[in-house]
Amino acid sequence: METLINFLPSIIIIFTMFVVTLLIALYSTYGERKVAAFLQDRIGPNRAGPWGLLQPFADGVKMFTKEEIIPDSANKFLFILGPSIAMICCLMTSVVLPWGGELTLFGKTFYLQAVDLNIGVLYVFAVVSVSVYGIMIGGWASNNKWSLMGAIRGSSQIISYELSMGLSIIALVLMTGSLSFRDIVNQQHGGILHWNFLMQPLSFLIFLICAFAECNRSPFDLPECETELVGGFHTEYSSMKLGFYLFSEYINMFISSAVISALFFGGFNFPGMDWLLETTHSTNIVTMVGVGAYFMKIFFFIFFFMWVRWTIPRFRYDQLMNLGWKTLIPLALVNLAVMAIIEMFKHQHAFGF
Amino acid sequence: MQTSFTNRKLVLEQKEMNIWERMYLPAIVKGLAITISHFFRKPATIRYPEQKRTVSEAYRGLHILKRDEIGAERCTACGLCALACPAEAITMEAAERKPGEENLYREEKYASKYEINMLRCIFCGFCEEACPKAAIFLEEDFAVANYTRDTFIYGKDRLVEKPKQGTKAFDIVKVGRERELN
Amino acid sequence: MIASVFYFLSFVSIFFAVMVVVSKNPVHSVLYLILTFFSIAGHYLLLNAQFLALVHIVVYAGAIMVLFLFVIMLLNLNAATEPVKSSLMKFAGAIAGGSLMLVLIAVLSKINSIQPAHEVNTQIGLIKNLGKILFTEYNLPFEVASILFLVAMIGTVILAKKNPHTS
Repeated sequence: METLINFLPSIIIIFTMFVVTLLIALYSTYGERKVAAFLQDRIGPNRAGPWGLLQPFADGVKMFTKEEIIPDSANKFLFILGPSIAMICCLMTSVVLPWGGELTLFGKTFYLQAVDLNIGVLYVFAVVSVSVYGIMIGGWASNNKWSLMGAIRGSSQIISYELSMGLSIIALVLMTGSLSFRDIVNQQHGGILHWNFLMQPLSFLIFLICAFAECNRSPFDLPECETELVGGFHTEYSSMKLGFYLFSEYINMFISSAVISALFFGGFNFPGMDWLLETTHSTNIVTMVGVGAYFMKIFFFIFFFMWVRWTIPRFRYDQLMNLGWKTLIPLALVNLAVMAIIEMFKHQHAFGF
Repeated sequence: MQTSFTNRKLVLEQKEMNIWERMYLPAIVKGLAITISHFFRKPATIRYPEQKRTVSEAYRGLHILKRDEIGAERCTACGLCALACPAEAITMEAAERKPGEENLYREEKYASKYEINMLRCIFCGFCEEACPKAAIFLEEDFAVANYTRDTFIYGKDRLVEKPKQGTKAFDIVKVGRERELN
Repeated sequence: MIASVFYFLSFVSIFFAVMVVVSKNPVHSVLYLILTFFSIAGHYLLLNAQFLALVHIVVYAGAIMVLFLFVIMLLNLNAATEPVKSSLMKFAGAIAGGSLMLVLIAVLSKINSIQPAHEVNTQIGLIKNLGKILFTEYNLPFEVASILFLVAMIGTVILAKKNPHTS
């Protein structure tokens, strides 16, 4: 019983974030269409409900009620497993993200984070690296050339960009000295000047580019590039299984935005935090505003993802690989080396100089 | 290398990109600025069923069979429109006007049946040009939609102009419609 | 509690390891191998070595197995392309494997309880402690391992490069 009560805040946070993640992903589909429309001088969906706000639900109903087709030559179990893995993996990441600071309720103090892993950043990497299987298994099980091509493109792209992503994060971790999201966010407390994107602009840039590639978002959406591969790895998918793939893409986008905001933009920190604490003397208010600020940052990055999608054309495959292996990895390595030297001079006393 | 015969060939000079251009980032930022400027622009959309684009007066939409100033049908079933029609979309049957129908039909002969197949019609407007009595016109309505093909054969009920209020034809048509309803 | 989790994980890892060998389809084998890696990562977690568990997933399940899967999917191996082994080979394999199992059983049955060689620090698997140990006590092996990786990398580049004499 005692353990259950101790775990209760975590469980509540996990469930809340589960629902919030799904809702945000749901409305990202709407947001994507609206943003695309606005960027192209159009209006976008406006028929279902006021300003088309019910459009995602209409889409969901459509997805669920469509005929489900499993190709005759497909491997049935793996065919169903693919989208399931994609969905599970993208929902698993939100566990380690810190959504807010301390909250005091019923005389108890909680931290708005389900689990504070001391290797939270690594956990995100592990989940991302496993999520490749969703694409790979789905593409292979379809028993279709386009699907296989898409799957292979997708997985090789994700593996390639994971490297430079990892290297850019190592540079950041060298500076923060911790792999825990809570520590990294808390270190960025105290105004915009303490946010990591100013300290580590190159890391941020590399991480951002890699995040686009990891999410299979344009300009790196080669796994599902319609002009070359019909539909890419989900060519054979229909009904809600296709919905899961599309949905997991939007969840990935949300999670990447959350990770970027936490690592480089101070997470739930916002300018004027200390001032608010002094005037209100309530950590709860500061925490709630912090959660709001965090979500504002996340929404900005989701918007940024969409903004880039409608600006930059898709890469050619060799360009993609060249960018990943010949530009980003050397850049990340140089960044890492420079950071290591800087850190060494910062901690000179530790070496007894 | 093949020589140019016209001397109009433009030789494209590809300059080596400098480091600033090779980074691509300034170009990407410029592109992002261009797209975001469109974000705040007024949308060019016309919300169709509610808003309609104004069409020119000469627009050739669906046909209408006109009435004259007292409300009588102008068409005399001469068949010139059917003859002029390149798509052979028009058919009609003529009938003789009976005494007492002077307010309904302008001439002694009138079209008792007048059908246009809107699926065949190419909206060229030749019928309009051929008509000696200024009876048929192509108006502004367009985009008809239905589920079955035979509904696209428009009879007189849908082609003839609604009589204006105050004309004798208006009363006759009204009485006729009321009788039908009863 | 911990013991039952341990037995469950052990059962799972052994079961999937057997499935790797037994399953006909090479792609299925690779997928079972991935599941085996996951259960081994679970064992690391039981040992309070979270860092190792995650690195195990990132490196083995996330990178190496993807490349494996890659190659197998592209080769399009199926039952028709499987080489037929002679019964003599099967017989020899069974004898070799069986004798190895015999030795292992004989050795393990002699041991009553397995004692750690020296007192184990249960916090050693956490990333801070692991990092400190790696960069102080085991610095030389660590650096040698990195040189090994460098050599492997250079070897790959040389292999992948086109030979100017043959092409």
